Amino acid sequence: MIDVGASRLSEVEKASSHGSAALCFSNVSASYGPYRALFSVSFSVPAGSVVALLGANGAGKSTVARVATGLVPVTGGHVFFHGTDITGWSAWRIARLGLVHAPEGRSVFATLTVEENLELDFVKSAGRHRADQAVERAYGFFPRLKERRRQLAGTLSGGEQRMLSLARVLSVPPKMLIVDELTFGLSPGIAAEVFSSLRALKDQGCTLLVVEQHVHQALAIAERAVVLAHGSIAYEGPISEMGDLAERLLGGKTAS
Amino acid sequence: MSQLLTYVLLGLPYGCIYALIALGLVLTYKSSRVFNLAFGAQAYVSAVVFYVAVRSGHWPIWAAGLVSIVVVGPLLGLLLDRLLFRHIRVAATVVKLGAAIGLLLGIPEITQVIVGTQPQDNPPSLFLPPSWVFKLAGTRVNGTEVSTVLAAAIVVVGLWVLFRFSTLGLEMRAVSESPRMVELVGVNSGEVSSVAWMLSSLLAGLAGVLLAPLFATLDSYNFTLLLIAAIAAAALGGLASFPWTVLGAVAIGVAQEVMTGYLPLNSVLASGLRPALPFVVLILALLFHPGLRSSQDEGDPLASCDPPPLRAVPVKAHREHLIDLSLPSLFTPLVVALAIGSCLTWVPQIWVGVITVGLTYATILLSLTVLTGMGGQISLCQATFAGIGAFAAGQLATHLGLGFIEGLAIGAVLAGVLGLLLALPALRLGGLALALGTLAFALLADNLLFPLSWVGNGQSGVYVPRPQIGPISFAGTRSFFLLVLAVLVICGVAIALLRKGTTGRFLAAMGGSEVAAGAIGINVHWAKMTAFVVSAVIAGIGGAMYGSYQGAVGADNFNTLISLLYLVLVVTFGVKTVAGAVNAGLAYAVLDHLLASAPSRFGGLAALLFGMGAVAFALHPQGLADLFTARWKDQLDRLRHPWHGRETVEVS
Repeated sequence: MIDVGASRLSEVEKASSHGSAALCFSNVSASYGPYRALFSVSFSVPAGSVVALLGANGAGKSTVARVATGLVPVTGGHVFFHGTDITGWSAWRIARLGLVHAPEGRSVFATLTVEENLELDFVKSAGRHRADQAVERAYGFFPRLKERRRQLAGTLSGGEQRMLSLARVLSVPPKMLIVDELTFGLSPGIAAEVFSSLRALKDQGCTLLVVEQHVHQALAIAERAVVLAHGSIAYEGPISEMGDLAERLLGGKTAS
Repeated sequence: MSQLLTYVLLGLPYGCIYALIALGLVLTYKSSRVFNLAFGAQAYVSAVVFYVAVRSGHWPIWAAGLVSIVVVGPLLGLLLDRLLFRHIRVAATVVKLGAAIGLLLGIPEITQVIVGTQPQDNPPSLFLPPSWVFKLAGTRVNGTEVSTVLAAAIVVVGLWVLFRFSTLGLEMRAVSESPRMVELVGVNSGEVSSVAWMLSSLLAGLAGVLLAPLFATLDSYNFTLLLIAAIAAAALGGLASFPWTVLGAVAIGVAQEVMTGYLPLNSVLASGLRPALPFVVLILALLFHPGLRSSQDEGDPLASCDPPPLRAVPVKAHREHLIDLSLPSLFTPLVVALAIGSCLTWVPQIWVGVITVGLTYATILLSLTVLTGMGGQISLCQATFAGIGAFAAGQLATHLGLGFIEGLAIGAVLAGVLGLLLALPALRLGGLALALGTLAFALLADNLLFPLSWVGNGQSGVYVPRPQIGPISFAGTRSFFLLVLAVLVICGVAIALLRKGTTGRFLAAMGGSEVAAGAIGINVHWAKMTAFVVSAVIAGIGGAMYGSYQGAVGADNFNTLISLLYLVLVVTFGVKTVAGAVNAGLAYAVLDHLLASAPSRFGGLAALLFGMGAVAFALHPQGLADLFTARWKDQLDRLRHPWHGRETVEVS
């Protein structure tokens, strides 16, 4: 395991105080009841960059995403978003700051229609009138959603459900987006479409933290990588300096 | 034709009240996944506040209505949500039901402690008085009925608009699916669900105040019965659809009146079937509504954010000795032996009697240890099985001259047969649906079975003799105590053996997950039937012993409220262990006896305390007694094995 020394810590603090980091974890620990999942994790995501979050099953990738957006409480350390200490904030307050999380698995409301899903996304941030415009814009990205606007989202195919999640962030880009296994279970064609949407977001200046099983595609879009192993950081830095770590990850071995 | 119309018009107000309560139920069920059985009690509270304000405080009607419906109702809902229900959203069904039943029993008792037990006769009406009468299509319609229907219509339209067109309605629907995902789009889901609770409690308050004038006296039991009719309506709507819920509620209300009109007067059908209709509808809806049987819950995709449920007993750090002769482990047996010895010698007869009653309760509660603790099946009709055992023993002795022991055996078999009959439809149900089905069954038995002269003989009751085995008579208090103890020990040991054996493992597997149990080759249907039959037999035995102690028992000793009380008792003290059932039975008997001499407004305090116990249990699901035992054992372990540190689990 690579030593997380004092030098990196000061770098993290500097980054957060200068506000150049969109998201910054400083010695964050988290647990599910008695089961600890993160052990003093520190890393930062520079504003406007794309960072790939990699690691084996159970390494804590999803927990990092959930801690960042307040779904899982922090038991130690601090989380900063654009210099604001958001440690202990509830999820809805963090979401209103512009940090959006597309969670693993089904991330649409199955019992609401497509249109209601989109409305729910925009009403709080944009108000009712502007929400209608945002919904129309979302249909512009994925016309297929417009055809199914009255259909319950639970009856959409997996790919269409991802389109629905993406449509909302494409229509009103957040400051930062965390996507958790967005291409899981999708056909290669649709997965490629999802990645091109993420690239479009990046071009609009949205900061991205990408949790992915498709390591190659994640590395193709990202500039930096954070590698987790057993709930701790095993690597943080530019992808060019990762060496054979990516290969080892692909081989199914964990870096430790 | 005009006669039919008359009955329809008469039934409409009842249907509208059912609709109000049912809408509130569905609203809270959707927004917090809790089936709020205490809803009738909430309606009762508002009705009492309204009554007291008008009759004792001489407030103007509008002020009393405003305070009781718009202030007290939502405030109570807000409290329930903030203090209890939001914390148990993801808890097991038995925990949620236990808490709701605890409130159902506890809230009316708190109300009585505050306002006293003097009868609240002739409740006032909110809008138009009943004396205001006009003719509609040849039928006399009074003001109360008109205002009830109008108020319900306004509420239904208002709710429809809210859910169809407003942002808040959209948010409530989203929260019902996943509060966490709603938070991710920047909506405070806690606030939204609080609003849902306040809104539904407002409906409960409105229903309570509107309903009160339809009865001669305010009585919390009436409100609970109405709740069942509302549950039937909600079940017709699949616990989800508002329009179907309203239609179902109105249909049930109208059908009841029409039945009253066309069935012959003074027959069992007319007196029994009319109140029982909602229960029949509920059972049929549960059995045949596809959305209720299979869990219609879409499932929260972010459920894995919750920590895993706590274990009842901490993981053992070391292996236990097979036979432990150290002093602490001999402590409990010594105390028990001492207590038994005392009961047989110097303890006053009256206290021996109290403990005997406690032991018969414990025997009945053991039936829940098998069914709920081991098999994970929730039953709200254990008192019915107990009643069958008691009535059979009594009737056989009275009419056929059989001895008590023979009667007890036949009663236990009859209860077992009834358990099997109930298990057959129960095979299709699970979780909440099973609990509601057994509740309806218990109410059905209350209304149709127990009043019959050859079963429970209604209020007059049945004489049950004390046992006589050969030359030995158990008529004396101390000798009967010994027999009850022996029966309890036999049942307890039988359960302990059952738990250790293959059947126990099958039941435990089924309790964990029916699907997983089926997947490893366990015949889940067979296991469920076994659990029901064993449980019913034990309840029947316990009921017969209880009846024999009392000498005479009637329908009131085994009605549905008693069944609910049983579940609350056993849930509070630990549903998994034999010791939990024994402690619960003894504690209830002792508390009940101590409170018998208290002023009448505190008469129901035992039910209140155990109701609150169940609520506390919901917040600490290890079970209070089990929790304390675990802590106590933990301390002992540390004293005896200081080198064994408590292991903390670390999983990456």
